Amino acid sequence: MEQDRVILSGKRFALTLDRLCHQIIENHGDFSNTCLIGVQVRGVKFANRIYQNLSQILDRTDLEYGKLDVTFYRDDFRRREDPLAASSTEIDFLVEDKNVVLIDDVLYSGRTIRAALDALQHYGRPRKVELVSLVDRRFNRHLPIQPDYLGITVDAVEEAYVKVEWEEEHGKDRILFFPKSKNEI
Amino acid sequence: MPQLSTKHLLGIKQITAEDIQLIFETADKFKEVINRPIKKVPSLRDVTVANLFFENSTRTRISFELAEKRLSADVVNFSASSSSVKKGETLLDTVNNILSMKVDMVVMRHPAPGAPTFLSKHIDASIINAGDGTHEHPTQALLDAFSMREQLGDLKGKKVAIFGDIQHSRVALSNIFCLKKLGAHVKVCGPPTLIPKHIDSLGVEVEYDVRKTLEWCDVANILRIQLERQDIKYFPSIREYAQTFGINKQMLDDLKKEIIIMHPGPINRGVELTSEVADSKHSIILKQVENGVAIRMAILYLLAEKRKV
Repeated sequence: MEQDRVILSGKRFALTLDRLCHQIIENHGDFSNTCLIGVQVRGVKFANRIYQNLSQILDRTDLEYGKLDVTFYRDDFRRREDPLAASSTEIDFLVEDKNVVLIDDVLYSGRTIRAALDALQHYGRPRKVELVSLVDRRFNRHLPIQPDYLGITVDAVEEAYVKVEWEEEHGKDRILFFPKSKNEI
Repeated sequence: MPQLSTKHLLGIKQITAEDIQLIFETADKFKEVINRPIKKVPSLRDVTVANLFFENSTRTRISFELAEKRLSADVVNFSASSSSVKKGETLLDTVNNILSMKVDMVVMRHPAPGAPTFLSKHIDASIINAGDGTHEHPTQALLDAFSMREQLGDLKGKKVAIFGDIQHSRVALSNIFCLKKLGAHVKVCGPPTLIPKHIDSLGVEVEYDVRKTLEWCDVANILRIQLERQDIKYFPSIREYAQTFGINKQMLDDLKKEIIIMHPGPINRGVELTSEVADSKHSIILKQVENGVAIRMAILYLLAEKRKV
């Protein structure tokens, strides 16, 4: 059995998060017409961190931040072996004419983001949607979707598995790489 | 993630407490969906549902149709009064004809108890019982319990009284199964002639005094007298029933506590309860109707998930 490998952790992990926040600030200035939306479930953990860091850097508490569940919009309903549990959507503002920063941890096939774009339409017509990904598995895409802000790129075969762990949950911030899918390990 | 233990929803008797919790948790999510400006999700876009109503219905039928449309399913409606059933076609033939038009799920209301169970043994589609005679009405029981849970939290140990025509009510039987599975205490109250013998074998208590029962319960679920199912007279007159078993505002004011008033509809104002009670702040009758759509969306979604493409 091949061992998992840490591909990002510690100071470098913190730097990457910081860089992403500054890049977002660079494009969105005072956030007057911008909202952050994390994609349930795992993307929300990343989005929480981005939201906290941005609030700290900008010294504000009024950034608009929502959580979007895409379960009912997925294109693999009735097609996957293990059904997915729905999570809650918490968006208490309209995205009509706003700049939306969509946040998810790992960009893989692009299908989750496609579902998120679909779900987002139900809260209004955004002026612009941008995507933040902590990890981009660029060779495994099924759809023409690319991140606007990117943590790290991981080039790996389809069977490989990338996992993001968070201090709040696992005790450490780090990204793990498994050469084989988690089902085979 | 957990899945339903069953392919059909024929009755509450056949499902587990875990199934009920899963339906509630999924309905919570759909309740958020139906309160959005755009109340539609695409989950069932490749599913066709037939609503077969062999018996009259307003609420249940509209509720199912809305639930199906909000999940983006294709819907066909059928009612017995305007169909070939009148020309002598059997149930199985009618349904098989509809199924050969590639229908995935069937929502059925039928006057004969057991009709959905019979169908489930002969056809491939998923079947949802929308009421079969005096037997079960599972989606009503689920939306009732879901509405109680919304008001009271966990139903374990809560006291629920069901008033009225227990003998002819499918809502009563499904409610009893559902509430017992969720750990609630259940009491039934009505004229002795309208309470089935041996009902205590279902683990419920029987009381004939309305005031005493109101004093005991946290929730009063009040049922209609099902005159259309009564072959003989079970009580002298509607007027006498209303006087002995009808619930009025004074009775609620006399209680030392606030209780929740529920009714599955249609209401007969002035018979089982007065207008003042039906429209009072205790009443969650219209909330039940709203929750009905969310519950039915959850059931359709979870049963569709069991039918892999």
